[in-house]
Amino acid sequence: MKTDRAKLLQTMLTIRRFEEKAAEMYARGKIHGFLHLYIGQEAVATGAIAALHDDDYLVTHYREHGHALARGLDPNRVMAELFGKATGVTGGRGGSMHLFDVAKSFMGGYAIVAGHMPLACGLALAEQYKGTDRIAVNFIGDGAVNEGEFHEALNLASVWKLPVLFIVENNLYGMGTDIRRVSAVTEIYKRAEAYAMHAVQVDGMDVNAMFDATARIAERVRSGGGPAFLEAICYRFRGHSMSDPEFYRHKDEVEHWRRLDPIARLKSQMLSDGALSDEEFDRMQQTAEEIASEAARFAEESPEPALETLHDHVYKERA
Amino acid sequence: MAVVTYREALRQALRYQLQNDERVFLMGEDIGAYGGSYAVTKGFLEEFGDKRVKDTPIAESVVVGAGIGAAMAGLKPMVELMTINFSLLAIDQIVNNASKLHYMSNGQVNVPIVIRMAGGAGSQLGAQHSHSLESWFAHVPGIKVVVPATPYDAKGLLMTAFDDENPVIFIEHTALYASKGEVPEEAYRVPFGKAELHREGRDVTLIGYSGSVHQASRAAEDLAKEGIEAEVLNLRTLRPLDVDGILASVRKTHRAIIVEDDWKFGGFAGEIAAIVQEQAFDDLDAPVMRCSGHDIPMPYSGKLEQAALPQEHEIVELAKSLV
Repeated sequence: MKTDRAKLLQTMLTIRRFEEKAAEMYARGKIHGFLHLYIGQEAVATGAIAALHDDDYLVTHYREHGHALARGLDPNRVMAELFGKATGVTGGRGGSMHLFDVAKSFMGGYAIVAGHMPLACGLALAEQYKGTDRIAVNFIGDGAVNEGEFHEALNLASVWKLPVLFIVENNLYGMGTDIRRVSAVTEIYKRAEAYAMHAVQVDGMDVNAMFDATARIAERVRSGGGPAFLEAICYRFRGHSMSDPEFYRHKDEVEHWRRLDPIARLKSQMLSDGALSDEEFDRMQQTAEEIASEAARFAEESPEPALETLHDHVYKERA
Repeated sequence: MAVVTYREALRQALRYQLQNDERVFLMGEDIGAYGGSYAVTKGFLEEFGDKRVKDTPIAESVVVGAGIGAAMAGLKPMVELMTINFSLLAIDQIVNNASKLHYMSNGQVNVPIVIRMAGGAGSQLGAQHSHSLESWFAHVPGIKVVVPATPYDAKGLLMTAFDDENPVIFIEHTALYASKGEVPEEAYRVPFGKAELHREGRDVTLIGYSGSVHQASRAAEDLAKEGIEAEVLNLRTLRPLDVDGILASVRKTHRAIIVEDDWKFGGFAGEIAAIVQEQAFDDLDAPVMRCSGHDIPMPYSGKLEQAALPQEHEIVELAKSLV
């Protein structure tokens, strides 16, 4: 598998601009509830998802706009979901934390920390049972690793050799709490090794590294090597959510990580390689801007869900 | 019709599903090599192999969650949780995932899983193995809650559970596994949401489910000796609940007593009582009464345990006080 760096750069730019637009819409009162932005972590979703097959299952956490866009969900419908509109990817039922697009094997964003890890095991179990080469990829945050379900899921995946790839986005903070204050072992991949699982740590601020590591490790899982674990060291540039006053991080720490911005990093690499010109980069930024603006316009103009659908889909009726 | 045990009736339904639907597999703690803690799946591992009958780690949350994930991917898992008390370790999966995914995904996902567990007391298993927590599950929209009272119910309701496209919590009663009754050999389905008129009467309706149906029946026999004809309703499922069936009976007898092993405070009997007074107040000749378990953790001592559960004589006395 070869990296298409221009495509990776465009995806990261689109996620970044989409998120900035979402923040703007939140500030204008168009988006409510919790809004967990992915700004800073774009390389993780972008690199990893580009290295997977389109029908590999994605099971992700509540900070999942980036994964959704990287998987190719319609940005208009993702933004409409944040607005709670009928045209949203779940018709306004899920919201920011519960995006779904089963046609794209995007099996949901989940907001109970670690509670989605067993589901990824089950999706993987089903494909193992059916004998396909489809794998399940489960994104978690570093906050998930102290939940019991983390251990239960890693153990089950390992004893049953399930085709599941766990990707932990270790951005060093579980909400506002520094991982060093709450985790006995902060190098998370070592915990996976304790379950006899192939585990690697990768620079999650480097999209190329994410792509290469994921491509390698996913192939191993796909070819019957059992589950695997990838720890991406990364950083979110903004607070946990839009309501986070962010008193818990030092300015110089944030500054340090901002200098590792995955977008700037790939851009300067491509510029110095001659793979990108300033004009081309401007055009890519323009594309991202158009996608984000169009998504906001689409969401704004979309209808609210019809009240008579309130009770639809509590139970599935037999076809 | 053959007379078989409640346990055997369950086995017949599970075997039928394994034989007739490749998507069906069973998983749970000790269901394979050991044969199931209540012997419901005994011999299945040998008969169907370890792809279809999976022994799991003792890790209720991931076992149920993996079942949910497999159901999302088009399989029909049956997960056995040994006892309802252990289901509390999986309650996040049941309440936050299984029950909500169809709604949250706007109908894109559904979870056709059957989760079996044993509930109820009467076997001196102490406070952490002997409770009736079905009302906790019945409280949650998006799941169905099944409470079979007889071998006939057990087989027919379990068959229906596998046909359902939704998560089904299937609660067996520990004290009923060896009970016997007539069960057709062939496949049949007992519909959800339709109570059985277990005994006809005109003076008072005794509403029960699972083990309490039998207590209510014995109480009805005692009442009949004193000239009081009690009607006994066997609910079969708590969600969906046969509200029409309950109201029809109450409109006939004008009096109702709900019998359940569950704690009285906040228990399911309170829900039924509220429904009856909301919808059939004018038909009542007496307050709706509850004959429930005592509000205490289940004691081990056989005498204390029996005293903590509803007693037939209590049902009889309550009925006589209403008529």
